[in-house]
Amino acid sequence: MQEHDLSFVRVEMAAAQPAPPSERGLGAWIRRNLIASIGDTILTIIGIVLVAMILPQVINWAFINAQWTGTDRTFCATVAQGGIQPDGWTGACWAFVNAKFGQFMFGRYPLDERWRPILIAVLFAALLVPLLIPKVRRKGLNAMLFFGALPILAFILLVGGVFGLPHVETSLWGGLLVTLSLSFVGIAVSLPLGIVLALGRRSKMPIVKMLCVVFIETVRGIPLITVLFMASVMLPLFLPAGVTFDKFLRALIGVSLFAAAYMAEVVRGGLQAIPRGQYEGADSLGLGYWQKMGLIVLPQALKLVIPGIVNTFIGMFKDTSLVYIIGMFDLLGVVKLNFSDANWATPQTARSGLVFAAFIFWLFCFGMSRYSMFTERRLDTGHKR
Amino acid sequence: MPIHSMRKSVTLRKSEGRILQARPRSALDRTLPALFALLTNFQARLSAIQAFAAIGFQTLSVSVIFLDLTGIIAFDAVREWEAGVPGMGRNGKLRSHGKKSQVRLKKTEKGLWVMKHIAIGILGAAAFGLMASAASAATLDDVKAKGFIQCGVSTGLAGFSAPDDKGDWQGIDADFCRAVAAAVFGDGTKVKFTPLSAKERFTALQSGEVDILSRNTTWTINRDTALGLNFAGVTYYDGQGFMINAKKLPGVNSALQLSGAAVCVQSGTTTELNLADYFKSNKMEYNPVVFEKLDEVNAAYDAGRCDVYTTDQSGLYGIRLTLGSPADHVVLPEIISKEPLGPVVRQGDDQWFHIVRWTYYALLQTEELGITKANVDEMKASDNPEIKRVLGEEADTKIGTDLGVSNDWVVNIVKAVGNYGEMFERNVGSGSPLKIARGINAQWTKGGLQYAMPIR
Repeated sequence: MQEHDLSFVRVEMAAAQPAPPSERGLGAWIRRNLIASIGDTILTIIGIVLVAMILPQVINWAFINAQWTGTDRTFCATVAQGGIQPDGWTGACWAFVNAKFGQFMFGRYPLDERWRPILIAVLFAALLVPLLIPKVRRKGLNAMLFFGALPILAFILLVGGVFGLPHVETSLWGGLLVTLSLSFVGIAVSLPLGIVLALGRRSKMPIVKMLCVVFIETVRGIPLITVLFMASVMLPLFLPAGVTFDKFLRALIGVSLFAAAYMAEVVRGGLQAIPRGQYEGADSLGLGYWQKMGLIVLPQALKLVIPGIVNTFIGMFKDTSLVYIIGMFDLLGVVKLNFSDANWATPQTARSGLVFAAFIFWLFCFGMSRYSMFTERRLDTGHKR
Repeated sequence: MPIHSMRKSVTLRKSEGRILQARPRSALDRTLPALFALLTNFQARLSAIQAFAAIGFQTLSVSVIFLDLTGIIAFDAVREWEAGVPGMGRNGKLRSHGKKSQVRLKKTEKGLWVMKHIAIGILGAAAFGLMASAASAATLDDVKAKGFIQCGVSTGLAGFSAPDDKGDWQGIDADFCRAVAAAVFGDGTKVKFTPLSAKERFTALQSGEVDILSRNTTWTINRDTALGLNFAGVTYYDGQGFMINAKKLPGVNSALQLSGAAVCVQSGTTTELNLADYFKSNKMEYNPVVFEKLDEVNAAYDAGRCDVYTTDQSGLYGIRLTLGSPADHVVLPEIISKEPLGPVVRQGDDQWFHIVRWTYYALLQTEELGITKANVDEMKASDNPEIKRVLGEEADTKIGTDLGVSNDWVVNIVKAVGNYGEMFERNVGSGSPLKIARGINAQWTKGGLQYAMPIR
């Protein structure tokens, strides 16, 4: 064995080399992502052809050919259809959406009183935005205003009948106002109620457990449409003549309880995912039941089921359209209702109205979905590497 | 394990019911009746569920199932259920078997008994509710006390009740309610509209949620009698008609020439049945193109998948407006079914019924006499005694007060909505995009069916 003094130990990292030019830039990206193999190339070409076929027509229909202003059907109908457009014209009839915009937003809420829902909408946004941004402080106060003061103020303002405000029956409400108030109340009620039900279902007290199981399984076993229908058609028959519940209130209760049952199962899924050791650890620290749940179990469980919770919210937001069958008009309902206006009956009316409704629904659902992803990333402390 | 023992218990029950059982029992002998019992039980339960579901799935305005019918179905289901589960209930016959099965049997028995009674209770309460509300009287006093008329309209039907750009309800049905409000209050704006789906319309009227149902509702004997309703008149004689694509079927001007045509129709409606009956009775062939939803039928017809479209004639005119080239499409004159549409009130309140009915006649009578919204004030000074009588200008007239309204009620009606002809032309006729011809809705003096009883 000979001793060599040739050992070389590198003490600092070698400086990173830039990637070779063939792996950089647009060309490389295209090569990697679009034409990496024959199969990929074929798929890329098919995709491009499809987009090239569809997109220009969509843009043409929705923007270039679209009729933006007008007062009746003649603006959106071709000459053969009794209108002013040249024959063969197809384009979105945004004039219809424009003329009916107030109705799409507020239903038949009286014109003179529309400042009330607008004010509530402004307050809603003003309180919601800081609540959603983690950096803004005073979350407690904000949440209290949003979930406590705002609903009360909204109730007083929207329903009226006090402080000299004229009473506006809920049968006049409609459009986005109904969609949003149903989903807001549904969300605000269903999450806490769902958590309570989920805890109840896992409780060791037999009566509490049974009540929760019966409620959840009964409500989950019935379609929402049946709940609404029973509430609107069967309920009045059981009540004495002349006694009527507000239809909107019936829908609110129905939707909230319904969402709560689903929420309970989502939350229960989260509770089951928490290892037994967490419960035992909490017990060994001497925490009581509510401390254990509130400080140890629920924060972990709820974090796990954010996608499920938001999924339920989104589902509920869209399910509000079912109030159509009890004669209430949410956004989609009021759009469809206005198709029956003979003054606007053209081949383009229904398409434009539905595209508009779809866009609004997408806007809200996409917003909820993106925010939930943001929250997931922010709270994902335990499993991230 | 529970299923197994339940099956066993049913077997025991069933076999005891059969006294004449000479052959030694094989395993098959025991299981078959058991299965049968289970199946009948299951079937009975299913029909009970169906009965409730039937209430929920009545389709559109052309549905043939009404609330009372579903009630009967539900009662039948309960009865069938009762009959289908042998030995269920109060007799203690079945207690002599093995201990385990006895306990289980008692549980099932009790559960079923309770369930049955709950179901009967609910239905009884529903029936009681119907009767109780049907008997409520003096709608006029209620209406006067609250200061407006609650009017049930459709959830959107062009020309009958549909919202305009401001969200106000327009159409013949909406205007009729305004006419009643004008008769009662002298002010056609004192009316509030409740949009009702086809399913909930009768319940809403029966429960007092609305005072008048003015919602393109067909007058039938079933509704007049079994449902406890009264139809006050026919504001629009509708019926199933045909629309054809004149480019594809040139020279056709009668439905009798449609043999061999492809007909677009909505499935599961009386429209489909009427269509089949009409072609069969006229010994013609046709090729039905059936869709579940109205939108699909519209799209298929517009795309040329069929030559003929059939639905209620008033609907055809509305649909024609949404087609690519309305001028190519012709509504044929034949009407193959009767759909008399009119306002409905609760049975058992004659005064209110008379007000609604005579509002309808007043609308017709003023058209017959040539009294319009524009000339009603001049007409008051007319020399014609009949006009004077109708308008309440006759000395010591008691026509209006006998009805329960003011004597100038007809003047108020005409000032609010015009006469029937004006109402028709404005909403569905030449003054509207629908351009429906008067046809059988013309005055009897002009060959139509609209005939007012004399106001004297």
